Amino acid sequence: MKTKLTALVVAGIMAGAPAMADLVVPNLSYRTGPYGANGTQYADGFNDYFTLLNERDGGIGGEKIQVPECETAYNTEKGVECYEATKDTGALVYNPLSTGITYQLIPKVAEDKKVLYTPGYGRTSAKNGKVFEWIFNAPANYWDGASVAIKHLLDENGGSLEGKKIALVYHNSAYGKEPIRTLQELADKHGFTLTEVPVEAPGQEQGSQWLQIRRERPDYVIMYGWGVMNQVAIQEAANIRFPMENLIGIWWAGSEIDVQPAGAAADGYKAVTFNGVGQDYPLYDDLQQYVIEPGKASQGGEHVGSAVYSRGMYAAVVIAEAIRKAQELAGTSDITPEQLREGFENLDITEERLAEIGLPDFGPPIQLSCSNHGGSGMARIQQWDAEAGQWNLITEFTEPDQEVVQPLIEEDSQAYATEAGITPRDC
Amino acid sequence: MDQVIFGAEVFLNGLMTGVMYSLVALGFVLIFKASGVFNYAQGVLALFAALTLVGIQDGQVPFAHLINAAFGTSLHHFGWTVPSILAIALTVLVMVLLAFLIEKLVLQHLVGQEPIILFMATIGLAYFLEGLGDVMWGADIKTLDVGLPQGISDGIETLTAGWFGYGFFIDRLDIWATVIAALLVAALVAFSQYTKQGRAMRAVADDHQAALSVGISLRFIWVMVWSIAGFVALVAGIMWGTKSGVQFSLSLIALKALPVLMLGGFTSIPGAIVGGLIIGVGEKMFEFLIGPMVGGATETWFAYVLALVFLVFRPQGLFGERIIERV
Repeated sequence: MKTKLTALVVAGIMAGAPAMADLVVPNLSYRTGPYGANGTQYADGFNDYFTLLNERDGGIGGEKIQVPECETAYNTEKGVECYEATKDTGALVYNPLSTGITYQLIPKVAEDKKVLYTPGYGRTSAKNGKVFEWIFNAPANYWDGASVAIKHLLDENGGSLEGKKIALVYHNSAYGKEPIRTLQELADKHGFTLTEVPVEAPGQEQGSQWLQIRRERPDYVIMYGWGVMNQVAIQEAANIRFPMENLIGIWWAGSEIDVQPAGAAADGYKAVTFNGVGQDYPLYDDLQQYVIEPGKASQGGEHVGSAVYSRGMYAAVVIAEAIRKAQELAGTSDITPEQLREGFENLDITEERLAEIGLPDFGPPIQLSCSNHGGSGMARIQQWDAEAGQWNLITEFTEPDQEVVQPLIEEDSQAYATEAGITPRDC
Repeated sequence: MDQVIFGAEVFLNGLMTGVMYSLVALGFVLIFKASGVFNYAQGVLALFAALTLVGIQDGQVPFAHLINAAFGTSLHHFGWTVPSILAIALTVLVMVLLAFLIEKLVLQHLVGQEPIILFMATIGLAYFLEGLGDVMWGADIKTLDVGLPQGISDGIETLTAGWFGYGFFIDRLDIWATVIAALLVAALVAFSQYTKQGRAMRAVADDHQAALSVGISLRFIWVMVWSIAGFVALVAGIMWGTKSGVQFSLSLIALKALPVLMLGGFTSIPGAIVGGLIIGVGEKMFEFLIGPMVGGATETWFAYVLALVFLVFRPQGLFGERIIERV
């Protein structure tokens, strides 16, 4: 009896574990808890793209991709547990969609030699590949986002923000505080006044913050929020009749679920984005044919095409392209995390390649290197049309102000190198 | 002078916010008063009630994901919508059914156990209900609209602009919340003072054994109290859900009620109201006056500090019953 039970348990573990030859890309997702609505959509997009590659192409380079999910509930401790539980299953790369979890994993992945891919979140200065050998955060980071938002405002104001007042409403966490230094530098450069307005997580109650904004009457508000903070902030802005077109969120405050609870009042709200919106891309036809119609879509495919779903899918696209490049460089389809890192460092997603994938103009071109793990940082602005219930892209991809951003990245990454005793690579 | 006028606006908004906190705290008080149980699941009850309300309003198929996964269907909606009043009434029925099930499946088996055991049971209940809400109605954020107005009150803005040269901001939803909370408290007080069931509830609260000895059914009282707490949770869920959409972070509003309870006392309905007002005004004024000097975002921790200060002088809270331990 005991032997039978043991055999059953072992069989169960073997069935749940990825086959050894497969490419393993764990999905550290969160479908429960206060941030579950966002996490679910992102995880669905991430899963569905790999399902598409498996179903349509038989995987990448003939290797099937396994995407075992582990629920983190956006909780840092659980995220680390998920990492520890999956790292010995042949995992190549992690994308935990949490700045808190990312900060905990940064030293771990360096030790365990795993790639950590944090598109649009995590530690901004990880862009410096000389210091952060295993971390990649292309196509854009928090500081790029802040700079692109300011560039948009410069365009709207004839190239000058002199004398303007801009408020930063931010999630009072490591994530929300990220853009402060960049915006302070940009304020000095362009002559605007910056007011910092923190919101305590989760942000269900923001009465004080929006009363302050009503009193101080800033010309623009930039928002770095996540989860319920976004919905409440947009509603509160509408309540005080703040002009919605003067409220600009970062990409994590730029999904349908952020604006829909406010209804028509959210019309005109803007957000920075580094990925396309809607389903008007050929790739979605393939998703329909190979994933959704055969009933293989994550959660039944109900979130296909939403902003957060598309961002999760885009993260999978970049990882898949890095795997492809790694296979090409290594001359083998069954790659190791070290080889994947090489693939990331030689990644070159051109406009033509994006069109081949079925996502023309969906994201900025990405060229990475040993020293540049963050790409060009280009992003664009989207605006919410409440009546049509859709986001519209209103600018082209814009480069951030590297004159301001790059020195900050150098400074912060060097500080980390000193603190962690890392000798930067010579490249 | 400007600071005084702004301060007055912050004060008024603090009172309004305090009422919203009180709505959540009331549910805790009702259950604690009648059974001595600190109901950890009260925030999740508000979430579950709001999810159920929106689900019924929108004609959503409950357990759709589960049904679709099991039978390969693609059910999502029945194709009808339900008027708000009817949806609220149906949600109240669901909450009564839930109260009955909680009593039958959980509380009945724990009669005579230590309060800490009952508290632990409510922790389990909170996680179970959160999961049930997710499976039943899905994790998406839902828009809640029962016809309550939102946005600045033009009348108050115009009036105060005439008086002070600066129009105050008062959210119309907060005004409605105040009116509804006042009606709710009046109804609860009248119920507990003037009805047979209300008196029975108070008798159970005073002494379980004595109440049982005079023929009061403990089971009936518990079902009744959890039903009323479910109704209060529904009201809180509607008010908070209208602001932010119905989503799983709604369960965290319970954290806002804790300092209110510490301050007002766990056994007093007026205490929940007064406690809420003090916390609301206290945290908003502190944020306004001191917040800018210490980097802001002071509200969450300040509410607890304020409650702790009160606890030092009145451990039972402002309106709580005096704690007498006889040797």
